Amino acid sequence: MDLKLLTYIVVGLSFALYIGVAIWARAASTGEFYVAGGGVHPVVNGMATAADWMSAASFISMAGLIAFLGYGGSVYLMGWTGGYVLLAVLLAPYLRKFGKFTVPEFIGDRYYSRTARIVAVICLIFISFTYVAGQMRGVGIVFSRFLEVDIVTGLMVGMGLVFFYAVLGGMKGITYTQVAQYVVLIFAYTIPAAFIALQITGNPIPQLGLGGTVASGEPFLQKLDAVVQDLGFAAYTSSSMSTINIFAITFALMAGTAGLPHVIVRFFTVPKVKDARSSAGWALVFIAILYTTAPAVGAMARYNVHATVNSAVTASGGDLFATDSALLYEARPDWMRRWEQTGLLKFQDKNGDGRIQYYNDKNTSADFTARAEAAGWKGNELTVDNDIMVLANPEVAGLPNWVIALVAAGGIAAALSTAAGLLLVISAAISHDLLKGVFMPRISEKSELLAGRLAAAVAVMIAGYLGYNPPGFVAQVVAFAFGLACASLFPTILLGIFSKTMNKEGAISGMLVGLGFTFGYILYFKGIFITPMAENIPANWLFGISPEGIGMVGAILNVVVALVVSKLTAPCPDHIQHMVEDIRTPRGSGLAHSH
Amino acid sequence: MEKPNGGAAYWRATLGLLTTVLVLWFVVSYGFGILLRPILDGIHLGGYPLGFWFAQQGSIYAFLVLIFWYAARMNKLDREHDVHED
Repeated sequence: MDLKLLTYIVVGLSFALYIGVAIWARAASTGEFYVAGGGVHPVVNGMATAADWMSAASFISMAGLIAFLGYGGSVYLMGWTGGYVLLAVLLAPYLRKFGKFTVPEFIGDRYYSRTARIVAVICLIFISFTYVAGQMRGVGIVFSRFLEVDIVTGLMVGMGLVFFYAVLGGMKGITYTQVAQYVVLIFAYTIPAAFIALQITGNPIPQLGLGGTVASGEPFLQKLDAVVQDLGFAAYTSSSMSTINIFAITFALMAGTAGLPHVIVRFFTVPKVKDARSSAGWALVFIAILYTTAPAVGAMARYNVHATVNSAVTASGGDLFATDSALLYEARPDWMRRWEQTGLLKFQDKNGDGRIQYYNDKNTSADFTARAEAAGWKGNELTVDNDIMVLANPEVAGLPNWVIALVAAGGIAAALSTAAGLLLVISAAISHDLLKGVFMPRISEKSELLAGRLAAAVAVMIAGYLGYNPPGFVAQVVAFAFGLACASLFPTILLGIFSKTMNKEGAISGMLVGLGFTFGYILYFKGIFITPMAENIPANWLFGISPEGIGMVGAILNVVVALVVSKLTAPCPDHIQHMVEDIRTPRGSGLAHSH
Repeated sequence: MEKPNGGAAYWRATLGLLTTVLVLWFVVSYGFGILLRPILDGIHLGGYPLGFWFAQQGSIYAFLVLIFWYAARMNKLDREHDVHED
């Protein structure tokens, strides 16, 4: 069957499934709208959390980043999974015991302050919108490449679908739709990975294949290291980043994960405190299936790209620098032609020999430049965008069309599930925290539910606009979202649970300092609304930490400032100290929940 | 609501368990995967250099074991100190 028709059918069937689930599980009360009535089984919640958490970035971009960063890509793997340990032991059970609907509500109650609640809402909205813009963009890319419609049409379809089930279904609808989306995306990710691992290493389990051997009997990773180093790149299994920077980025991503409102709120949906603990584990089980597959996908995609354009990679005793090892441009495979049309893959014949030389022309070692020169190479001729690695993978490996169609459906599922979760926390922050919590405390449940739905509808439209017209900085703002969550929400919630004496003055000044410092540092090097004030290179960084990792320093500042200020100001009132004691023990979670 | 019986002893035990979990969490990721990686890479696990394996595979498996172990231990602590639900 024709690939385009098949893709329409597979994607269409997945949409029908999501809509069916959304109708079956629509929300009727604010409790169901915000936290699915608090009755979601921990395994189901774990699966929904996994889909919520794994965004277009995890599905589409991460393996591509790992492919080009090699060992350096570990920051994403450890950072985006290790955060669940922090969630399970430090936050989730206590926030579940607290038993309210939103993260700003916890901060507002614990610090007996509307100001604190409003600051938390601002952090939440900023973090969530940066994310949602990226998701809608992901939907647009997948639609335009696989369904061959323009980006606007793709976005409209995506917006319509999210609108339908997030606005109608609330948290309850989203939870069960996300379960369906998880199933679609995990098959779409692992099936091509298994095929490719089998082709390259003879082992269909990617996690084992990555540690396996290629046809010649050489370990795969050793072979890959040799190929990329011969072509002038850094060794795949070692790092080009400084240890302190790897450390800081990993920490910022871990604590950022634990501080992301749309992830935290998932743990408000389970029935008991003990379910919140195990649910974090179940979420990680479902996430780990993708996250332990991704390094294999990345490494094998890198290998496949080199093998495609240079026949000496797979030939025994082949010479990478021999003239006829390089692929003739006219003989390039179909997938390269297709991706060239999207502009995400580019060829420029710098030495005019009609062949593709793909290597690292930034390598200045005398030995390497001499070999490249002797071979008549005049610069790298192929640029491959990170983001196409996963999407192009099944085509590169020559897999059947249904696998390609499935990958398209999987990419869309990943983007939609995350977008829906984000839209819900935005709408809850507006209807529950701002409207009911601050401006109209006496609003009825029915009106609040309506306000929540309206807020979700408006948020969908803003998200669609941002996806169509991405503020040229979507890539940069990812650092913002994690850095801000790590430096503002995470330490403040943590102190709220583990320090009985932390008062509102301490918490608010800590949040503002953490937020301000991290915001300022990223702005200084990345320049979002202004031109960067300094070049974004290691020599200029504070302690050698890049803007992606600076959230770690922001978090430390937050805690230090909060502790110092709280010692100098009025002590935390007694009833708040009792509340903290109460949060720390599981008994009575049912009572807390019936608010 | 009546004050739970657990009190200080329960909280001390919780903090002790939490510290153990976080130490192990640190060792498998920041320790084996980052700080000690150059040394561990001299050892091989199949085709994997060991430090690289911890960074891209092992730490994630360890996180999983840690969370479920923590959840089971906490359930036990909840009962021992009579602060469990229902």
